[in-house]
Amino acid sequence: MSPTCAYLRPRMKKSVIDHFAATVRRHPDKPAVIEGERVIGFAELEQQACTIAAALCRRTNAGPDTQVFAFYLPKSIAGVAGNIACSLAGDAYMNLDVKSPEERLRAVIENVRPALLVTDARHVAVAMRIAQNCEVVLVEDLLREIETSLPSPVDNARADLIDTDLYCLINTSGSTGVPKSVALNHRSFLDFMDWTEAEFASGSFDRVGSLSPAIFDIYSFELCLLLMHGSTLVLIPDSLAPFPVRILELLERHEVSFIFWVPSIMVNMANLGLLEGARLDTLQLCWFAGEVFPTQPFKKWQQALPHTEFVNLYGPIEITLDCTFYRIQRTLRDDEPIPIGRACDNTGILLLNEANQRCAPGEEGELCVRGSSLALGYYRQWEKTREAFVQNPLNDRYPELIYRTGDIAYLNQAGEIIYKGRKDSLIKHLGYRIELSEIEHLLINKLRAVKNCCAVYDTTAREIVLFFEPLADLDERTIRTRLAQEVPKYMLPTRYHAQSTLPLNSNGKIDRQQLKLGLMPSSN
Amino acid sequence: MKAKIKALLHTLRPDLPEGEGLDLIADGLLDSFDIIHLVEELDSQFGIAIKGTDITPENFRDLNTLTALVNRYTGSAR
Repeated sequence: MSPTCAYLRPRMKKSVIDHFAATVRRHPDKPAVIEGERVIGFAELEQQACTIAAALCRRTNAGPDTQVFAFYLPKSIAGVAGNIACSLAGDAYMNLDVKSPEERLRAVIENVRPALLVTDARHVAVAMRIAQNCEVVLVEDLLREIETSLPSPVDNARADLIDTDLYCLINTSGSTGVPKSVALNHRSFLDFMDWTEAEFASGSFDRVGSLSPAIFDIYSFELCLLLMHGSTLVLIPDSLAPFPVRILELLERHEVSFIFWVPSIMVNMANLGLLEGARLDTLQLCWFAGEVFPTQPFKKWQQALPHTEFVNLYGPIEITLDCTFYRIQRTLRDDEPIPIGRACDNTGILLLNEANQRCAPGEEGELCVRGSSLALGYYRQWEKTREAFVQNPLNDRYPELIYRTGDIAYLNQAGEIIYKGRKDSLIKHLGYRIELSEIEHLLINKLRAVKNCCAVYDTTAREIVLFFEPLADLDERTIRTRLAQEVPKYMLPTRYHAQSTLPLNSNGKIDRQQLKLGLMPSSN
Repeated sequence: MKAKIKALLHTLRPDLPEGEGLDLIADGLLDSFDIIHLVEELDSQFGIAIKGTDITPENFRDLNTLTALVNRYTGSAR
């Protein structure tokens, strides 16, 4: 290679969708998505996405502002095509949880005000109820509008798109009952993909065993792998989620090379003793993130799959995907937590102590993130955005945002970041992020189902426990039923303790710590 | 046996509709969360240890298949 080649670098990508056409041309007939027995190739998927994109453009105002299209669909080929269509149209997608109570979805739609709500025949009844002032369309209808006239409305749709424009919205638990819609841009995904490609061999991502719900950022990453890498996404159907042995069989059948899961499922498989019998020789790379993976069950994975590389990733939703990673290349002691490692390339990690100074090695502090991975903010929630994305206290020279995660961590002797715990009442349960105070707020203020209450997390039993001062004759069953209308199932407390008064701390607030310490062992 | 399991199911999920012909899986009535808890409860109440390889859609389809599964483990066929 001549020396001048060093200066011939590829033009910087502006959007996640930039190279999709080239990906398709490379292997038009390669499976892009596998959904049960249905397989769709890259060329056909592009065709469908373009059709939907044109249909979306025709129905809405093609102005310079990025629109948001909401999707009320299960994870599916149609859903993937729909999400890609949004990017083709230069707009953003927001996937809604088909298992979420209607009330919650209505709140999201009311806040976000999407241009359209895309659903299918099976879900249209609920979609109509949650849509309020938003128009509802069926993806089946959009797919029927085959483009005959030229130019297609899609051709110029991305003319004004720049890398800092909105790519998607991811909803997450909000402490005052209304979910927060985290706004992520193209730049942040391209940044993460740059790190991915530099750090790992591209072949590892060839066949993805996709378990993540479409509402998680993991799914958005898997979509990037499809668009930019040409990966095949093997969609693991929701119906199989309760049956780990079937999931493993599916991975084997489709020769999956990469999985990116939350630890809960992996812990379950380890504890059920399913790993010894699993034949996963094709699994090259296993990433996990979203919650702490207890070391003991993790080691069972390591022992059962000696040819697989395992990587622990960490990152709040407010930065795209993850900001630190740890490639597990040594044997950990059973009592040693898996490190969250070091910053991904091009990401700044700060550990700040209570005085807002950089922590010394071994000193605990709040983990803060700076860089291109930061979300644009919470959609239409200016005050919450201002509170979460703040000026870097170490920088008094020019505006520079950081995101304060609320996670406490420290650097160990090997220079690895170790996660310690939370500052507040945010928990991770089954991979979902839950603001315990959201549950409390709903029960006390909205539903008025209790006089007072405090939700705590029993990390050993992996259960949400509710201590409450009862109102009149409103018992556990009533509380649970009413709460089920407001929050998804994974947010429902599974243990209830009625008390005449809840303990208070010296500030006059409910003593959360004391309740946590006094957690009774779960009894049958 | 079947009655005991039915009671257990309803304690776990008080909102489950009545009726024995219920297809627990196809109708999406039980999710992974429920299955894990159900297995724990069955193991605990009947003193058995259901193997991971037996946690399949076929065994958990309805009350009859569940009862058959537990019977296999307890060695009884009442």
